Amino acid sequence: MTTARFWRDNQTRYNLMATRCGNCGKVTFPPRNVCPVCHRKSMGKMKRFQLNGEGEVYSFTVVHEAPSAFEMQKPYVLAMIRMDEGVMLTAQLIDVEAADVKIGMKVKATIRKIGEEGPGGIIHYGYKFTPF
Amino acid sequence: MDVGIVSYGAYIPRFRITPQDIGRVWGSDGDAMSKGLMIYSKSVPAPDEDVVTISVEAARSMMRRCDVSPKDIGALYVGSESHPYAVKPTGTIVAEAIGASPNLTVADLEFACKAGTAGIQMCMGLVGSGMIKYGVAIGADTSQGAPGDPLEFSASAGGGAYLIGSEKVIAKINGTYSYTTDTPDFWRREGEPYPSHGGRFTGEPAYFKHVTSCAKGTMDRMGTKPTDYTHAVFHQPNGKFPTRVAKMLGFSDEQIKLGLLTPYIGNTYSGAVPLGLASVLDHARPGDRIFAVAYGSGAGCDGFDITVTDEIASYRRDAGPTVAQMIERKKMIDYATYAKYRGKIRMKEGGQ
Repeated sequence: MTTARFWRDNQTRYNLMATRCGNCGKVTFPPRNVCPVCHRKSMGKMKRFQLNGEGEVYSFTVVHEAPSAFEMQKPYVLAMIRMDEGVMLTAQLIDVEAADVKIGMKVKATIRKIGEEGPGGIIHYGYKFTPF
Repeated sequence: MDVGIVSYGAYIPRFRITPQDIGRVWGSDGDAMSKGLMIYSKSVPAPDEDVVTISVEAARSMMRRCDVSPKDIGALYVGSESHPYAVKPTGTIVAEAIGASPNLTVADLEFACKAGTAGIQMCMGLVGSGMIKYGVAIGADTSQGAPGDPLEFSASAGGGAYLIGSEKVIAKINGTYSYTTDTPDFWRREGEPYPSHGGRFTGEPAYFKHVTSCAKGTMDRMGTKPTDYTHAVFHQPNGKFPTRVAKMLGFSDEQIKLGLLTPYIGNTYSGAVPLGLASVLDHARPGDRIFAVAYGSGAGCDGFDITVTDEIASYRRDAGPTVAQMIERKKMIDYATYAKYRGKIRMKEGGQ
């Protein structure tokens, strides 16, 4: 079941595909079919586009008690990132020591493995962020 | 029609381990291994990195440096001996991640350490015949050596991506020649986690015979000699082999300097010549002539004669990280961390 669910989100996870409302201009991520501000007025006007992959750390936390799939990477940094286009998303920060992460730090998107369904299952890839 | 490199990109993981650290665990002389192999450190992929992520990073860097639309890419080949899936192409994920899907042909290639350059040759044929406008060839690996095996001192990770086309070519490929025989110097059977090799047999009848034969064959066909080239890149399973083969052929240390990366990042297998060539292109000037020979166990060599064009002067090299910057961007780790990251520690199910 998860194979199809993840497959539907490939463009969002690989390429940060978002939507912009053709009525009010609001950017939403992940993509939406209807604008959360304009509602019905946005119907048929939601345009897909790719975020530029750059943003800054709005807030962050260091995870010491990790879910089993992330045991290998702990401690790791999970951050709220405000993208240049204004939307906020949550992602892992990599290639940086937890002590060096600062609020306001400029970061850019990269692609990494974000999980796998066991040794014989599908591998899921998606965005993580690294400092500039 | 002039066919050549329109753009390129490279990627090297951040972690490094030294031969001394590896030797300390297995009771071998790390200093002697370092000196013997001419390897001072090797790159190690993070637990969330594999050939897909390395290929995508290199390919994205390649696309950022040029104005080519990903929709104009008609073929994409990923050469590796460590594809994450036995069945399910790496290339489809890479194509999707650079926006090239769905109107292109994709295939994963395997020829030990030279599958990436085999992809370059395939793209040259498709572009030269007019079947496609642009083709992408990637060589990347996250190679493994069995714990304690001499291979463990060198097997590392990295990759390079090349956009092959006939417009705005920054480096024209004047010609290519391959030399191939059935020589079982290195292999890995289906389902086996680590490769096997023929020890000293990997040297004279394998690497040296094939590289020298291919190099001479390429120069004979092109009517050139070693002194005609500004730079030369040879497959580099360690630092010693390419240095020795260059001398045997008549190339100087200065000619191979920019393309010799193994001393700092280890043997990146399918990524070795693509990365060495990327390092040369990071510094190349119009008119520079580059000689490159990739070697893959099993065994075969692909030789290339390349001339850098005036286009490189306006090429956006700064839009992607240089090989030197990625070599500098490093974090040293000890053997315990390396063993954890490379899956050498048996974990409870669910651990990644």
